[in-house]
Amino acid sequence: MTGRLSDEGVTALHGAGGELMGKFLAERILPLFRLRSAGPIGLDQLDDGAVVDLPPGHLVVTTDNHVVKPFLFPGGDIGKLAVCGTVNDLAVMGARPVALTLGLILEEGFPFSDLERVLRSAAGVLAELGVPLVAGDTKVMGRGELDRIAINTTGIGVAEWVISDAGLRVGDAILVTGTVGDHGMALLAAREGFHLATGLASDVAPLWPLLAPALASGGITAMKDPTRGGLAAALNEMARKAGVGIEIHEEAIPLRPEVRALSELLGISPLEVACEGRAVLSVASDRADAVLSLLRDHPLGQDSQIIGEVIPTYPGRVILDTGIGGRRFLEMPLGDPVPRIC
Amino acid sequence: MSAGVLTPPSGPTFHLRDPDRARALGDLIRRYAPPYPVRIVHVCGTHEMAIAQHGLRSLLPGGVEVLEGPGCPVCVTPTVDLDRAAKLAAAGAVLCTFGDMTRVPGTRVTLAEARAQGADVRVVLSAADAVDVARSLPDRDVVFFAVGFETTAPGTAAVLLDSPPPNFYVLSSHRLIPPALGALLSGPPAPIAGFLAPGHVSTIIGARAYRFVAERYHVPVVVAGFEPLDILYAIALLLRQLREGRAEVENAYPRAVSEDGNLHAQALLARAFVPCDAVWRGIGLISSSGLRIREELAHLDAEREFPVPAEPGEEKPPGCLCSEVLLARAVPAECPLFRNGCTPLSPVGPCMVGSEGACNVWYRYGGRPDL
Repeated sequence: MTGRLSDEGVTALHGAGGELMGKFLAERILPLFRLRSAGPIGLDQLDDGAVVDLPPGHLVVTTDNHVVKPFLFPGGDIGKLAVCGTVNDLAVMGARPVALTLGLILEEGFPFSDLERVLRSAAGVLAELGVPLVAGDTKVMGRGELDRIAINTTGIGVAEWVISDAGLRVGDAILVTGTVGDHGMALLAAREGFHLATGLASDVAPLWPLLAPALASGGITAMKDPTRGGLAAALNEMARKAGVGIEIHEEAIPLRPEVRALSELLGISPLEVACEGRAVLSVASDRADAVLSLLRDHPLGQDSQIIGEVIPTYPGRVILDTGIGGRRFLEMPLGDPVPRIC
Repeated sequence: MSAGVLTPPSGPTFHLRDPDRARALGDLIRRYAPPYPVRIVHVCGTHEMAIAQHGLRSLLPGGVEVLEGPGCPVCVTPTVDLDRAAKLAAAGAVLCTFGDMTRVPGTRVTLAEARAQGADVRVVLSAADAVDVARSLPDRDVVFFAVGFETTAPGTAAVLLDSPPPNFYVLSSHRLIPPALGALLSGPPAPIAGFLAPGHVSTIIGARAYRFVAERYHVPVVVAGFEPLDILYAIALLLRQLREGRAEVENAYPRAVSEDGNLHAQALLARAFVPCDAVWRGIGLISSSGLRIREELAHLDAEREFPVPAEPGEEKPPGCLCSEVLLARAVPAECPLFRNGCTPLSPVGPCMVGSEGACNVWYRYGGRPDL
């Protein structure tokens, strides 16, 4: 009988609407999320949409699709990543996350145990942030039509002051909130079987608790999360948009020794691979030390560093002072050296 | 400035990326640099990467230029060999080769395009991997398209001599470095002041292999390692030779390279191959610069077993300066197509394809910016 809920994995019937779908949602998915509304209509009502009551401020919305291979990786999984990726996009806009939606696309046969694990970790991040999941959707595709799982998340946030990635001013200090390249290199290590040798874990984490005090203290002129393309892409984009130059001191960039070693072994620059729990900040020079010490006060920001400054020359370009004393442009990365990691 | 700077970078307490030592070497380089412009040529993609990545060109005085020359094996593989490989694949053979080779344009198609059209083209990391493919597909002819210099050729020799399965063949497009140095010097008046010899190749062939350059052409050669300090040190030694009017082979990489090289690897090469005249893309025919599989191993030679008519291929698209770049007569930025229609994502010439090609490296790391 096709109406039975498979104990092993999802079937096409789960994504087809109707009774089985309702049962699947009610039994397996909804209970994982503790906070399920941000207004009169939320997840429990299973209405056509959610109603969100907004606090005062600027409404900020962002959306992100996540496909990660492997979907369970050292330091996290696609569920944690899907929540962090979106709330971090809000955070670097200066926005406190208020509500999230989550769309799941699953390959037929995807094990329930893995689904529960992934959603449990997504729910864990939301609970930690006190952010409700207000709407969701699930579709199932046939075997071979999708590689296991894809997750879309849309985040709604509210910002008192919006921070763009283009607000850099000449003289600002450039800060990074922790070691660079951990996420990309950890996934690569896991894929290539180097993981046990390195013990490297993804840095995936929600940034709002780290950034909120620094934002409130004043002086931050621009922020960006260095995800795809890593630090190199984030800095180039910021320099181009603001029409300023950025000078970076290579030896000041925090790097884990295992990330450095792996990057030399594989010929992949750690500055070009994604972080999922870091932010790049441009801060007025007279506020840089204060912001740095606020960042370092938070466990996520212990390794924060001032890595460079905004300069009037070379508008739109990033200059790297190499550790050995040379100088070169840090170019915009070409393509993704490590595909499918966020 | 300490006098110890010009001792070889080695020893238990030596730090390979010590900025103080780099600064001291930079001072020495400026002191030794002649009052006229000099062109130093290295012939190694790994050198180009290290120079670009560490911004070493910014440490050199304006008159000292370092160029890659024909140092990227993918870039110098001629279209005739690529076409032959594509034809073998189109005829039904499983073609195994290194990753970058699949993106280099032949006369009509790249191997990646041939694969998209249905040919079985596989990327391997070594000749031994290609043998594994042959063992796993006993009913198919498996051809290893072998490219690279003296560094990769011993690996090919080793599998040729190790009784590979009967369905395994090698299409040899290996090239030798010393004849290329000779060719660069014997063309029109050579503006080359000296060579940085490639560390990897030199571990195999030994420092003595370059003596003819110093003796016949009176051009100094310094064998260089790959850490930034290795390279700066080798440049300093080279400029010192110029200043003192010497032309010798000096070994600035003694922790890896000996005078005689790796005799075992040399013996493998000699048992599997004989040198032959060979075409280098962008440069042309260089005598005794290729490796042909020996008569005794002819049954493993794809060229002999599956003769395909060679057609004279187009070596150079219009406007492309790759020939000049490979001959160390131009830097990538001098090419009108560089960044202007020719990029790593849509390369026009071979030097933009190989990840160690000069144009590709200059594109990604900014070449010699005026900083």
